[in-house]
Amino acid sequence: MTFLSFAWTWLTSRQQWHGADGIPIRLLQHLGYSGLALLVAGLIALPLGVAIGHTGRGAFAIVSLANIWRAIPTLGLLIMMVVYLGFSPLTWLIPLVALAIPPILVNAYEGVLGVDPDLIDAASGMGMTGWQVLRRVEIPVAMPLIMLGLRTAAIFIVATATIAAEIGTGGLGRYIIDGLASNEYGQVAGGAALVVLLALLVQVVFVGLRRLVVPAGLRRAART
Amino acid sequence: MVWSWIPQNIGQIGQLTLQNAYLGIVSAMLGLGISVPLGIICVRWRLLYPPVLSIASAIYAIPSLALFVVLIAFTGLSDATVIIPLTLFSLCVLVPNVVDGLRSVPEPVRQAATAMGFGPLRRLAQVELPVAIPVIIAGLRVATVSSISLASLGQLIGVSSLGYFFIDGLQRDFPTEVYAGIAMVIVLALAADLLLIVIRRMLTPWQRRRAEPMPPAVLTPAPADRDLAGVS
Amino acid sequence: MLTTPSLRRLAAAGLALAAGLTLAACSSSSTSSNPLGGGPASKGSVVIGSANFPENELLAEIYALALQAKGVKVTDKFNIGAREVYYPEIAKGAITIIPEYNGALLTTSVDTTSTAASTSQVDAALDAKLPSTLEILNPSSAQDKDSVTVTQAFAKAHHLTSIAQLKPLAKTMSIGGPPEFKTRTDGLIGLAKNYGLHFKAFVPLDESGPITLAALQDGKVQAADVFTTTPQIITDHLVALADPKFNFAAQNVVPLVYKKGVNSLIINTLNAISAKLTTAGLLAMDKAVILDHASYSTVATGWLKSEGLPY
Repeated sequence: MTFLSFAWTWLTSRQQWHGADGIPIRLLQHLGYSGLALLVAGLIALPLGVAIGHTGRGAFAIVSLANIWRAIPTLGLLIMMVVYLGFSPLTWLIPLVALAIPPILVNAYEGVLGVDPDLIDAASGMGMTGWQVLRRVEIPVAMPLIMLGLRTAAIFIVATATIAAEIGTGGLGRYIIDGLASNEYGQVAGGAALVVLLALLVQVVFVGLRRLVVPAGLRRAART
Repeated sequence: MVWSWIPQNIGQIGQLTLQNAYLGIVSAMLGLGISVPLGIICVRWRLLYPPVLSIASAIYAIPSLALFVVLIAFTGLSDATVIIPLTLFSLCVLVPNVVDGLRSVPEPVRQAATAMGFGPLRRLAQVELPVAIPVIIAGLRVATVSSISLASLGQLIGVSSLGYFFIDGLQRDFPTEVYAGIAMVIVLALAADLLLIVIRRMLTPWQRRRAEPMPPAVLTPAPADRDLAGVS
Repeated sequence: MLTTPSLRRLAAAGLALAAGLTLAACSSSSTSSNPLGGGPASKGSVVIGSANFPENELLAEIYALALQAKGVKVTDKFNIGAREVYYPEIAKGAITIIPEYNGALLTTSVDTTSTAASTSQVDAALDAKLPSTLEILNPSSAQDKDSVTVTQAFAKAHHLTSIAQLKPLAKTMSIGGPPEFKTRTDGLIGLAKNYGLHFKAFVPLDESGPITLAALQDGKVQAADVFTTTPQIITDHLVALADPKFNFAAQNVVPLVYKKGVNSLIINTLNAISAKLTTAGLLAMDKAVILDHASYSTVATGWLKSEGLPY
């Protein structure tokens, strides 16, 4: 398998692990871009999604958002930011955050909206206030979908951060873009392999996180 | 925004839009063509489904640029290098939808068909698949919209698409081009989405009166999560 | 068996299929179809490629328009990538013609050890060393060279006019350029060999485009490889340092062709273009395309017309 042999040769050569263009630094950069974007997107979209789901309004906007966000070309958005803002940290942060918001928002909304009304009735019947119902019933029950939204967003961010190398950022995408320019397939393959591994790692982390965060009873129910 | 650029370059805009559409739609269609038989198999042999789903979930998480790059070793800098990964992504979205759709056929309906003398193949073709159509098309919409948008990335490896306007616009610091490219991708994707909605309506006349709930498939990488919870 | 609902379903499926097939037919006959997988183009019909920067696309457009005016069937494959990517493709005939720069072609892909410097030396070396499937036609007088360029402020502060003067400064400087500059013979390697320059860092940027120019202005790099016909050299007041040791060889614009794919009509048309192409003319066209955002075909047509060439 040519891809694997190219990637392996490049990855196992010592010089890739040192210096400003070395794998540790690029990996840290990539995690940095992704982590920050996910944090900001989560801080914006989670409360918003939960609130909209709780009150049940704004459904139409949510549906339209869900349909449009997959249509937006990420490379186009990144370049549009360059044209507006030049080359600054915001240039990559804004598109990453903007593209991460819809999955988090829509899934949080769906999650809270989909809570069985009987549960909510029972909770208010037990004397809980609106806030308490939200905190102790709706959000925990919505957790599977909320986690799904965060996972989708994380994966999307990691992918978009890779493409951002085209507009001059660091990160693992640098290997792919630079390698393509110099026709060094080893570099391209190595970079791609690292990105794939990172994406799978993110996947695994979130599946694990889900186990921690989603109440056991819900996990069992989901199995049927 | 230089509006006059648009009529001046309408030929190139049209050409690249067609090329982008071709890459995106062919990928989604190939994904459909593979996922329907695969889904049918997964319904018939239930044990197959969780591993298929896990693999699909894993592949879907891989950034498309990385997959394009993997393909270069095999298919060079050709259209296939873009179409094959996008087909894989479409598969990841569609297989769960096919399976869910087929499983959602109510048991009484299935039994009625058998009672009427339908063999398994005929029941599949004339009862189960038609009932599954709305869910399958919901997945196809996601697959098509994503494929069209992702096809624009192909320009990074020299495969012609609307992505050309992003890159040329970046190099010449020419916002009009970039906006035009973005707009055309979105318009193209939404047009394809609309076409699929129309096709679904034509294929499922019995559903015309019912309001359309938003399918969860629109939001998720693969509604794999429900079953993954059981597998992991 | 054919009840009405089934008919309707068949019609819908047929519609989708027809739409799909039309689409496929349209794009496979469109000129943006991708020939990079195939073999040599057929005689009388050519594939013109270009590298991934505006000036090269402009030159390819000029070639394409002139040839089309002469009745040659042209397919374009623009914006492929750097030479390292498209050179193998033209060597095997998947591309027929591409606008090249003789010095860069020589030291990058043909003979990395060459020390040819002037136009005639470079051309002689190319004629000798190019693979038998390829040849270069007549060079034009227009040149677009790589350079080591600094901002006016930096040049003033250190009294710089030549690359040689960078020697004491290099270890405190970051230099930027297209990613391939790091490994090319006339890139970092050549600068070290010819001028003894060892920079603190190399920052991969783009092909003398907005990323490179911004990096120079922002101080992200103190020097960069800016192509000498980049119009922003004038508008941003940049200083391209002199290259007395010819690290960057002559880089005349010259068509590189796949021999079997061209005939005498094509060769004569392209030579006529090269005869009229000057550095000043090229720079003016670059300004129109890059700064004024004119369309490639408009500028190309305008130039061909003004030079009395077919368009």
